[in-house]
Order: sequence, then C-alpha cells, then structure tokens
Amino acid sequence: MRMREKVLLRVASKAFIPLILLFALYVQFHGDFGPGGGFQAGVIFAAGFVLFGLIFGLEALQQVVPWSVVERAVALGLLVYGGVGVSCILRGGRFLDYGALDHHSPMHGQHLGILIIELGVGLTVAATLLAIFYAMAGRGRA
Amino acid sequence: MWIEILLFGLLLITAVTIVSLNDLFAAAMLSGIFSLLCASLFTLMDAVDVAFTEAAVGAGISTVLMIGALALTGSRECQQPTRLGPFVVVLLTGAMLIYGTLDMPAYGDPAAPIHHHVAPEYIAGTSAEFGIPNIVTAVLASYRGFDTLGETAVIFTAGVGVMALLLGRRKRQDEVQVEPSEGDHKGENP
Repeated sequence: MRMREKVLLRVASKAFIPLILLFALYVQFHGDFGPGGGFQAGVIFAAGFVLFGLIFGLEALQQVVPWSVVERAVALGLLVYGGVGVSCILRGGRFLDYGALDHHSPMHGQHLGILIIELGVGLTVAATLLAIFYAMAGRGRA
Repeated sequence: MWIEILLFGLLLITAVTIVSLNDLFAAAMLSGIFSLLCASLFTLMDAVDVAFTEAAVGAGISTVLMIGALALTGSRECQQPTRLGPFVVVLLTGAMLIYGTLDMPAYGDPAAPIHHHVAPEYIAGTSAEFGIPNIVTAVLASYRGFDTLGETAVIFTAGVGVMALLLGRRKRQDEVQVEPSEGDHKGENP
C-alpha cells in the first residue's frame, strides 16, 4: 500500500517539479511586467525543491542542493542587493539610485537595477526557506 | 458581492474550526486553507502581488514547515482548562479593532487620504521613469528600495537565526562522525 502510494507521488511530482521551477523563473524575470517578483519567485523556487525533498527524501535533496550552496546563497542574495547599491555610488549616483548604472539611458539603468536586486531577493528568500526546511527536516533523525 | 460574502463566511468557519480542533495536523492543513481563502479575497481586491505571496507563503511553505514542526513535537494539543480572562481580553481587542475601522474611508474611495499622498507621483512616475507596467515592482524595488533592502536583511537574519538555533548541535555531531577536520571553521560553541 505504502509503496504504491509512493509510486504515484513520485510520478506526479516528477512531472510537476520542472513546471514549478520554470514558473518560478517566469515570476522572477517577468516581475516588472506582471504580478510577482523576487520574493514570490524565491518562495515558489524553494517550494519546488521542498516538494522534491518530501517525496524523494532529504538525502536526495541534499545531493541536488548541497548544504554549502544553501548556506552561501543566503548571504549572496543580500550581498548582490547591497552590491548594486554600492556600484550605484561608484558610478556617481546615490545608494540604490539605479539610474546611475547606465549614464546614457537612466531608464535602462533602472531596468537593470530592478532586475538584479530582484535576483538578490529571490536568492536570499529561496535559500533561507530551504535552510529552514533542511534544519527542521534534518533535526528528527539526528 | 456574493462571492466576497461566501469567502468571508468560509474564512470564519475555518478560523473557528482551527481554534476548536485538538488535532494539530488538521489545524495545520486548515491554516493552509485559511491562507488560500485570504489569497482569493486579495485577488478579488485586485491586489494580485499580495495574493501571490499569501498563496505561496501561507498556503504552501508555512504549511510544510508547520507539519515539519509537528513531526518533531507531537500532533495532539494538551487539554487546557478554559479560562475566562484571556477570552475577555481577545474579545475587547477585537471590538476595539472593529471600532477603529468605523471611521475609515470606504473601500476604493478615490478621495481617501492614502490616494493623495505619494501614490499619484508613483503612478505617474512608473511609466515615465522606468517604462514598466507593474507599479508594485517599481515601488518595491526602486521608490522604496531601502525598505526592500531592509526586508531582505530581515529574511537573511531569520535564516541565520534558524541555522544557529536548529543546526548548532546536529552539525557538530555530523562532523564528529563524518569529517572531524571540518570542525575548525564552523564549530563555534554557543
């Protein structure tokens, strides 16, 4: 009984996980044109991996996304965000004034800035949720 | 109109059921349903970005984390004796909150103060300065960039806090068993 349920779950989740990850990428990079953005995309991205972990086990998930990657990604996202702010200063603007990123076209600079900081937000959110999942799911068997 | 009443009714039923249940697994699943109903209501109010977040966080991730926590603790609530004091406090707080909404402007009123502060600037500026159609993204990422940086820092802090609290002991045990040489740069004893 239990094995047969597992088979159904495995087949269904194998079909769903790529779609979830693809949708997360769409939400991430289409956030300026439709609903969504880094925060939602990060949550959806993490949800795809959490589903994988629930069905195939924590060990399999940690082979796909090792703990060291998660640990670094939590900090990397925030660093990307702050780095955009600092590079705005270095290019002669104010902190987080994305217009300074492209002197020829401030509108393009704004686009670029928004895209990169959303990426930073998505990275931190996805990695933090995965870290919490790892911490809680791994605790029971320690 | 009717769909709002239906959704609010279901929301109320779900909330009362969550409070009255002793089975915490069922309560966790119902809180996911509660979030999904909230997300539907936000969609009806045209707040799609908020609805999106609510559906993903409330109905998705937090239900998983709640069930993960239950797997570690236990799924039955201890029976507590019913006390009148807290109930009165909750009732009074709820009554005060409802009283506070009475002199709020009507929902969607264009003359409401909130629509005359910085909102017109944002609406006009988003297409002129950024050339993107989603005003929410422009406000979050650019007009209120500092706030969003702070929010990201909050999430980062939450992640680091959970790692420090939940992983501290387990990681050290793993390292003793598997790779004792790794213990130098991470093994800070709390």
